[in-house]
Amino acid sequence: MAATPLLELSGIDKSFGPVQVLHDVGLSVYPGEVTALVGDNGAGKSTLVKCVSGIYTIDSGTVSFAGNPVAIHSPRDASALGIEVVYQDLALCDNLDIVQNMFLGREKKRGIVLDEPTMEQMAGDTLASLSVRTVKSLRQLVASLSGGQRQTVAIAKAVLWNSKVVILDEPTAALGVAQTAQVLELVRRLADNGLGVVLISHNMNDVFAVSDRIAALYLGRMAAQVKTTDVTHSQIVELITAGRSGNIGLPPEKPSDFSGDIVDITPGGDK
Amino acid sequence: MTTTTTTAGDIKVVKPTVGSHINDYWGRVRGGDLGSLPAVLGLVILCLIFGIARDTFFGSLNFANLFSQGAQYIFIAMGLVFVLLLGEIDLSAGFASGVCGAIMAILLTNHGWDWYTAIPAAMLTGIVIGFVLGFMVAKFGIPSFVVTLAAFLAFQGILLKLLGGGKNISITDTFVLKLANSNLSVGLSWVFAIVAVVLFAVVQLNNVRTRLARKLVTDPIGIVAMRIGALAIIVLVATAILTQERSINPVINSVKGVPIVAPIIAVFLVIWTFVLGKTTYGRHLYAVGGNTEAARRAGIPVDRIRISVFVIGSFMASIGGILAVSRANSVDPNTGGSNILLYSVGAAVIGGTSLFGGKGKAINAVVGGAVITVIDNGMGLMGYSAGTKYMVTGLILLVAASVDALARRRAASTGNR
Repeated sequence: MAATPLLELSGIDKSFGPVQVLHDVGLSVYPGEVTALVGDNGAGKSTLVKCVSGIYTIDSGTVSFAGNPVAIHSPRDASALGIEVVYQDLALCDNLDIVQNMFLGREKKRGIVLDEPTMEQMAGDTLASLSVRTVKSLRQLVASLSGGQRQTVAIAKAVLWNSKVVILDEPTAALGVAQTAQVLELVRRLADNGLGVVLISHNMNDVFAVSDRIAALYLGRMAAQVKTTDVTHSQIVELITAGRSGNIGLPPEKPSDFSGDIVDITPGGDK
Repeated sequence: MTTTTTTAGDIKVVKPTVGSHINDYWGRVRGGDLGSLPAVLGLVILCLIFGIARDTFFGSLNFANLFSQGAQYIFIAMGLVFVLLLGEIDLSAGFASGVCGAIMAILLTNHGWDWYTAIPAAMLTGIVIGFVLGFMVAKFGIPSFVVTLAAFLAFQGILLKLLGGGKNISITDTFVLKLANSNLSVGLSWVFAIVAVVLFAVVQLNNVRTRLARKLVTDPIGIVAMRIGALAIIVLVATAILTQERSINPVINSVKGVPIVAPIIAVFLVIWTFVLGKTTYGRHLYAVGGNTEAARRAGIPVDRIRISVFVIGSFMASIGGILAVSRANSVDPNTGGSNILLYSVGAAVIGGTSLFGGKGKAINAVVGGAVITVIDNGMGLMGYSAGTKYMVTGLILLVAASVDALARRRAASTGNR
């Protein structure tokens, strides 16, 4: 790999009481690329994201950001590094408008007074940089927006802070066809702007449409991290459902000889 | 007013005209975002009915009386707006105001304290009460309904104990007595009225100016002028009425001027409107009320916000209590009891504060408090019994709560909330 990963996880373990949810998980996120994180329900995708975003603390393993080891203990630590997560439920307040939502928790102030004009301008600029032209007014309540527009606001909120890594949890799950296309286009644009994007999705079409790499989790283990161009739909589905597909994936009970033209780039995958 | 386009960032926005602004507002109302509109309409209708039925209703004596009569509801309701914004309730606010009033009266009368130590002591009591309630709700996770219901009973007991088993403690401190019973001089009344109008105009115009300087969309100047004009007319007409002589026997003692409670209400209204609308704290309050989980993820200290609203609620109740004691010249076991809490909750809800959280303003308490007071006062003038008054007030509260719930449903279906 030429570029150093923006965000690199290795050997992440996480247990909740007696249940070990993540086993020795590694993941690399590169700038300017969309890394799709796939896996069946309960594979540990959400847990992994929550570890990265500081909601959960990891039991062991290392997290490196731009090559330097870092410790993330709270969502504030993650935001300080430039890691932003767009959750599936979007975490928007319906009773606030677009600008208020985008700056929630990080409002600009002049003295003790909220600096509304500055916030409104910054919000407008950010939406413009994402080529969003679908909102009528920045002062619209979020409640009055469509699903795709809400997703856009949530993503714009995440990139407002010069973030480096944006993690999107199932951004298209609740959207119609046209809106899904819009959001995927937006996801691609984020990566083209140089951000490292992690896209969690169940939808193989979405994954193959926008991602550069695919990381498949299987029962809390990283089955494989591969280039999207190197694999097919069915291989990914096998990785998700069985943890391995041909030569890639978790080693079988009895290790077979490892040969083939597919390069497994899973960090720690050679263990 | 022509329709032009300006840019905010690169988003094309249409500059609103007076017509489109009114259209937008009407659209919001139809979409379920009613605000204080039903209360204002109700207030106008009630005033017309009572004004036609009894010409004394609009007399300056009765008009002045409305202020001191409604002050306790308005203050408790202003505090309740904060509690309701988080979707919580404070059932103990009535008796909390009684306890605070009693503490002030006891310190003044039995311990010989001065007003400038006794009043802060009462306010501090309110703050402590609010902190304890808020702590139980936020940290132990007990529903506020239960915590404050328990406190409602307990404070009733504390009030009885404080008053030595139900005695009446009267106060003689002239400062405290003046709070609810005296008026500003005619000159000061006009100064107060004009300062209020000018300040409002300056704030409104300054807002437009800074936004124009940043090339952002502003409300049309016609609408801003209408707002300023409307406030000016209301304030100046009210001042004109209140500066009339209203003593029955003016030779012996002249009674005229704006009641002192009016500027006190105005000051708190301005403070809380500023806090809710212009500060980070206010923004976070709405966020927690709208979507607690989103607020938590945005790094907002949800528990601290939750405690703070109970502190503000009980603090405002303490001021309501002080004014109630001042108005009655004494404190008894029923100060802050009977229907005061329910009238105050009613005032907040009738004024447009949602019982579901996330929606409400300080002005709601004033408008709603005015509605409640006008009903109480007007029906009293028309000679209806207390029974009828309670029934009508209950009915109106029910109507207000229905409007809130229906507006919310309508908003959900039109995607407005």
